[in-house]
Amino acid sequence: MSITVQIPTALRRHTEGVSSISCAASNLTELFSVLDEKFPQLKPHLRDDQGQIRRFLNVYVNEEDIRFLGGQTYAFQEGDEVLLVPSIAGGTI
Amino acid sequence: MSNYELRCRECGRTWGNQPRSICDDCFSPLEIAYDYDALKASVSRERISQRPPNMWRYSELLPLPQGFTPRLPVGFTPLFQAPQLAERLSGTAAGTNLYIKNDAVCLPTLSFKDRVVAVALSQARAFGFDTVSCSSTGNLANAVAAHAAREGLKAWIFIPSDLEPAKILGTNVFGAKVVRIAGNYDQVNRLCSQIADEHRWGFVNVNLRPYYAEGSKTVGFEIAEQLGWRLPDNIVCPMAGGSLITKIKKAFDELIKLGLVEPKEVKFFGAQATGCSPISTAVKTGSSEIEPQKPNTIARSLAIGNPADGHYAIRTIKNSGGWSEDVSDPEVIDAIRLLAETEGIFTETAGGVTVGTAAKLYRQDRILPDETTVLCVTGNGLKTTDVLAGVYQTERPIAPKLTEFEAYLQQTLDVAGVPGVLAAAQQAEGVGA
Repeated sequence: MSITVQIPTALRRHTEGVSSISCAASNLTELFSVLDEKFPQLKPHLRDDQGQIRRFLNVYVNEEDIRFLGGQTYAFQEGDEVLLVPSIAGGTI
Repeated sequence: MSNYELRCRECGRTWGNQPRSICDDCFSPLEIAYDYDALKASVSRERISQRPPNMWRYSELLPLPQGFTPRLPVGFTPLFQAPQLAERLSGTAAGTNLYIKNDAVCLPTLSFKDRVVAVALSQARAFGFDTVSCSSTGNLANAVAAHAAREGLKAWIFIPSDLEPAKILGTNVFGAKVVRIAGNYDQVNRLCSQIADEHRWGFVNVNLRPYYAEGSKTVGFEIAEQLGWRLPDNIVCPMAGGSLITKIKKAFDELIKLGLVEPKEVKFFGAQATGCSPISTAVKTGSSEIEPQKPNTIARSLAIGNPADGHYAIRTIKNSGGWSEDVSDPEVIDAIRLLAETEGIFTETAGGVTVGTAAKLYRQDRILPDETTVLCVTGNGLKTTDVLAGVYQTERPIAPKLTEFEAYLQQTLDVAGVPGVLAAAQQAEGVGA
């Protein structure tokens, strides 16, 4: 099984300019382990001091917020497009 | 050398001044930090009060580029007592403590978004953008399009496709390019984050967001000044992304820091529609984190299921001793009508959310009648007339004859329960007595 992960510009200086990778991670925890291993410089930007995924990092799967799909429990499907979005913008009211 | 710069809200790293909203180190949002010691020397009540009545009177407390000359008199909207609404909300006759901050008449596009856009576009030009953009639930679209026209900038506006027709038209008319997205606001927003990554455009609520958000503070500055340089006991504020409530708090803190008002603990109350209530749900369940929701409410200007500043809004509310509530769509309609019938203000759905929530807070004794309370009305009802479709029946026309009218009057007075009729009847009796 293979999924694609899109890396936004803000993160690419920690991935030597790589903008997307394919991997076989089956869930979010595995995906972050893959990223940690592949791009060690990226790790402190993705996780806080306690090892938790940073509060303002949003993960989308095929344009859906992964939290609506079960978050950590979501099992990636063949061909899933995963998007990392640092700190989503928003309305201001 | 300016007196402000970008600073990470979490790790504290500073970033100078540039079009950027995220800390590269920890992905947390950036905000503007000021050199308050330097500002103390240049800001005083007297200096401010001598300036024209618009939001630029607080220029020192806004992140404006050097040499910036405002071209629109934005803000300084009316703050007035709402005694009849107070009586209906609190059940007491002593209704001089309730105030409405009426941004339904903010220039130039009749919502508080004119404030934030005014600041964002001042920087857009300074940063060299020739195109400005935004994701919007409507009011922001109107504001960006109008200000861009005035400033001679191109505007690309991204909106959810189900937006109210008046808000789409009110964007088209300024010559902006409107891109309708088949999705909800959160999806439009996520797309804009990606577009901002690829195109060198000034997205007011993405890469210009820290500057833009500062414009919200002017609501707080004005409330304090219009109350006679004092702070209220309570603020009731609608919440979508959760920014306004945190920026009013920042405004009050700054006024205290600069010695412009006496220190005071103001309680902050957040208002949401039940159909999109991630922040009020978190407050009511005691959570400090946002659980995103799929919006389903007529209050489309507040329909943000994944609020960017939700975390900070929760903190502002909790730390102040305030609370958050939410109201159903029928309650929103009732509240729009209540505000209109008691105080003559026609607000959009977000204002209905605020007034409806205030009613709940009075009923819960979280707000007391003898406390000075300000309700923030942020938008104009003429933009969301579709939600009132069917509420009022079209009257049968009568012939232009006095006898016809007298017959009509007699018939109408016999009909109980028609809005306004009982009041008219009582008044007629009073006049005759």
